[in-house]
Amino acid sequence: MNKITNNKAWFLVLPVFFIVAISAIIPLMTVVNYSVQDIFDPQTRFFVGTEWFEQVLGDSRLHDALIRQIIYTLSVLFIEIPMGIAVALTLPRKGWGVSASMVLLALPLLIPWNVVGTIWQIFGRADIGLGGYLINLMGIDYNYAQNPMDAWVTVLVMDVWHWTSLIVLLCYAGLRSIPDAYYQAAKIDGASRWAVFRFIQLPKMQSVLVIGVLLRFMDSFMIYTEPFVLTGGGPGNATTFLSQFLTRMAVGQFDLGPAAAFSLIYFLIILLVCWVFYTVVMNAGKQGEQ
Amino acid sequence: MARIDLKSLAHSYFPDPKTDEDYALRRMEHVWEDGGAYALLGPSGCGKTTLLNIISGLLTPSHGQVLFDGKDVTNLAPEDRNIAQVFQFPVIYDTMTVYDNLAFPLRNRGVDEKRVDARVREIAGMLDLTGKLKQKARGLGADEKQTISLGRGLVRDDVSAILFDEPLTVIDPHLKWVLRRKLKEIHNKLRPTMVYVTHDQVEALTFADKVVVMYGGKVVQLGTPQELFENPAHTFVGYFIGSPGMNIMDCKIDDGAAWVDGQRIGLSDRHLAAISKQSGKIELGIRPEFLTLETAGSTKGSDGVEVNIVKVEDLGQYKIATTRFGASEIKVKLGEDEQVVGQSGILRFAPEWTKLYADSQLVA
Repeated sequence: MNKITNNKAWFLVLPVFFIVAISAIIPLMTVVNYSVQDIFDPQTRFFVGTEWFEQVLGDSRLHDALIRQIIYTLSVLFIEIPMGIAVALTLPRKGWGVSASMVLLALPLLIPWNVVGTIWQIFGRADIGLGGYLINLMGIDYNYAQNPMDAWVTVLVMDVWHWTSLIVLLCYAGLRSIPDAYYQAAKIDGASRWAVFRFIQLPKMQSVLVIGVLLRFMDSFMIYTEPFVLTGGGPGNATTFLSQFLTRMAVGQFDLGPAAAFSLIYFLIILLVCWVFYTVVMNAGKQGEQ
Repeated sequence: MARIDLKSLAHSYFPDPKTDEDYALRRMEHVWEDGGAYALLGPSGCGKTTLLNIISGLLTPSHGQVLFDGKDVTNLAPEDRNIAQVFQFPVIYDTMTVYDNLAFPLRNRGVDEKRVDARVREIAGMLDLTGKLKQKARGLGADEKQTISLGRGLVRDDVSAILFDEPLTVIDPHLKWVLRRKLKEIHNKLRPTMVYVTHDQVEALTFADKVVVMYGGKVVQLGTPQELFENPAHTFVGYFIGSPGMNIMDCKIDDGAAWVDGQRIGLSDRHLAAISKQSGKIELGIRPEFLTLETAGSTKGSDGVEVNIVKVEDLGQYKIATTRFGASEIKVKLGEDEQVVGQSGILRFAPEWTKLYADSQLVA
């Protein structure tokens, strides 16, 4: 068979190539550039190879931030995903309640990150904040500015408040796509409530849940604004997550080399986890089809 | 297996129905025998799925009762009624294997694994699914998925009734034919009470011992396929069953005969006696099979009707002639080798197959 080759077609790809180059590739390459050089000024710079990477990887403060980050992200996922599914299952399926609950659920999603931080910063204060005041009224000594545990929990609750709606909306969309006949058949087959969830609802929600988990993983793994506004990473380093650590290194101390090296590591971790998760879930779904 | 009694059953989707039009299902009184194969036949929107869902318990009727073997089940949920139902579109549990899908209704009821295995293999054998038992159900085609749905309906042998809601809609024609025969076979062997909803008369007539014809929320006739063909109780049955359907004409009774568009059609004394007591709109119906068309110089005589021949279609095993007189168009079924010559002819009505209807109901 004769295959017609016409290399002029590549020109059609050029505009996209330029856009992607300017928006992603060139900035990324700049970071790569920083990560392998020690730059004093444009004329004075030294190639240092993997030195920055070694330094960053050996930094115990980074290890702490990474562990904190992992625990935080896992907590977020373990709370928001089951809770999102549970709420989606209890939402009304018809009537005025549908639009009412949609609007209520969408509200937190519409609020900018730094505003969310500010809201919770005030809400959590014991003197003027409703939440903090009530907790203290119940006899619990709560102060997110001083107690690391309180700060940690506040950041977590804030994220749950902000983002569980996203999982709810995604799951609800998945649930709505299930035809009534499935529920009727399950009734006639004598399926328990659990079996209906396990064999009908969960499989139908699978694809939206994959997206939900990926989005929540990436977002929470890169969380910056809310803890920055709420606690500034403190008290001590209790709520200093990776982004915060990175920003402090790059902007606060102007250690561009190590910061660049760390950015790349950070980027690769997220990419790797997402890829592994996506591949595993999608393959699990395909198993046994042939 | 159970006998199904429908006592003064009616259903309306409105909370406060007033006129007949508010009812999706008009009042009915029926006894469906244990072990019978019933088909609910009718056009879309005639209430057949509503009736089926009432029997299965997915819907609670607004009036009347449903009895299984004399026991009132009107307010019981589907799972407590001990029925199986197969839906129009395949319902399968994606993440399970074909085997687990078939076993699901049994396992939910705590049947022991040995028995489950025996039943699943038996049903899989009947439906040619044996080779696919270990596969995940989600990768299968629509045909196979629907076959699994059928299998799940058949797998329990202790059900009161098996209900089918147009189960072969998504199946391709060849397999449709195979599955219909399988169902018939299973029915003959195990004698479950089966109720089968369809809008396809061929499906209904081949599957069922008794066909329940529904129209506008009413059961207009319940009978064997033969009864529906020979004695349609309602003009709708005449028109809906048969291919082509019954010829129905407006007529007047006068002078011991029926008059259609000024032409005289002879009636028997039986007709005349019955019709004399009736008022309302009178119609005359006759199936295309019971008409004879004479051409080429035959004379009208006392019982013939002069018609124009509009067209003749050759359908292979038979021919359909479309004839016309006045405003009436009448189809006649002719043998394969009957010749039609010319543009006009004489139509003869067989008096014993000529039916009279008053307000659409059969009179004689």
